Amino acid sequence: MLDTLREMLSYTFLTRALLVGTLVSLCAALLGVSLVLKRYSMIGDGLSHVGFGALAIATVLNAAPLAVAIPVVVAAAFLLLRISSSGRIKGDAAIGLLSTCALAVGVILISLSTGMNTEVNNYLFGSILSMSREDVILSAVIALTVLILFVLFYNRIFAVTFDETFARATGVRVGAYNALIALLTALTIVVGMRMMGSMLISGLLIFPALSAMRLCKRFRSVIIVAAFISVFCFFLGTLVSYLAAIPTGASVICANMIVLLLLTAAGRLRERMK
Amino acid sequence: MSLIACRDLCLAYEGKTAVQDLTFSVEPGDYLCIVGENGSGKSTLIKALLGLKKPKSGTITYGDGLRQTEVGYLPQQTPAQKDFPASVGEVVLSGCRARPFYPRAEKRRAAESLEKLGLTELKNACYRDLSGGQQQRVLLARALCATRKLLLLDEPVTGLDPVISAELYRIIQDLNREGVTIIMVSHDVDCAIERARTILHLRTVPLFFGPAEEYAGSEIGRTFMEGRD
Repeated sequence: MLDTLREMLSYTFLTRALLVGTLVSLCAALLGVSLVLKRYSMIGDGLSHVGFGALAIATVLNAAPLAVAIPVVVAAAFLLLRISSSGRIKGDAAIGLLSTCALAVGVILISLSTGMNTEVNNYLFGSILSMSREDVILSAVIALTVLILFVLFYNRIFAVTFDETFARATGVRVGAYNALIALLTALTIVVGMRMMGSMLISGLLIFPALSAMRLCKRFRSVIIVAAFISVFCFFLGTLVSYLAAIPTGASVICANMIVLLLLTAAGRLRERMK
Repeated sequence: MSLIACRDLCLAYEGKTAVQDLTFSVEPGDYLCIVGENGSGKSTLIKALLGLKKPKSGTITYGDGLRQTEVGYLPQQTPAQKDFPASVGEVVLSGCRARPFYPRAEKRRAAESLEKLGLTELKNACYRDLSGGQQQRVLLARALCATRKLLLLDEPVTGLDPVISAELYRIIQDLNREGVTIIMVSHDVDCAIERARTILHLRTVPLFFGPAEEYAGSEIGRTFMEGRD
């Protein structure tokens, strides 16, 4: 076991992937709790599809992937917030529209330029080889920003998540906090997307939150346990993917799924014992 | 000086007039009950009083040292809250002012609110495991963290059984005796007359505004009560 780990760490690309992956897992777990409780979890799914579109644009323009993806996904996050708060189109429908549009545009652009190749496959389902040194630095900066902002605004985020109307009535700038959560989510998705795959990254937001809610009864413990579960599953998934030579993103999501199933079963059992 | 004074207030909801030509005031220590059928503009009026909705015309003035953000609001519960993983202590504390962490004085205030509503022992209990009446008490304690001057209660006994409702009404009455001004929206008009000091009957325009005893004897009051029986 230890030998395997040592062997894994001797590859530079794996060390990078583990570093970025841990940070992304942490951020996704923290934000995911709030998104799931606010019934916004689909926003992650929508944004990751937009991210795929943005990566396609970057390929066509021959530009740096993150430089294109970050502004596009952040803009999409604000657009989604605006649409769902204006109430003309309901939030879930808006996300459905946006994600399929982005996917369609992405596929058209790719077929016009390079055609469906391995690169596209990597965008969709992730590649552990994708992180360059610059990517690691950028990812680390973004992830640390997310963590610091989350801790700093933890109390307000709780208030806004639990009861938006009450928070607004007591003078909390709810719109600003919703925008903050959307912005942080967009950044987390862009950073994690290329390693986890744009089709799979949204699972990182949802699974740890749901697993932690099976275990905990306090908001703070839900957040902390979700963070632990997320990082644990990331390591487990990466290890299995290394040993079995399967895609990392899919393996991490499967690890999350197994943990959720186990915790749900344990919860049922505990209830029946009472 | 009045805590809240509304003058010629007109409110619109999705382009339609919801409240028209409403003039009334809330005095310190008052117990005002706003009654009316569904769609009579009660909810829109609440939003305006909380500053969540801009008046189309007319004014709302806050006096006697009350700021708009100092209204302790007890909203109707949303389905998402019913299974929210949070402890009672966390929910009550969220009524306090974070900047961005809670100062010690605010934490003490939360503890006092818990004590006042008999929730100290439930502090670490999970909000979603509580009964409907207990959940309302938790939200009331949270509202008390935001203010000790004015509580705005939106249909506080919806979905509660009669015994629990009566207990909640008693708590509200006790708070009022201690000097907290109460504004309550309700369609339970009998309870309103029994407990409130002042009644505002709304059907887009104000049909009655005055002391509760007068309302019981007025024509509009009698029709409304009979219509409901």
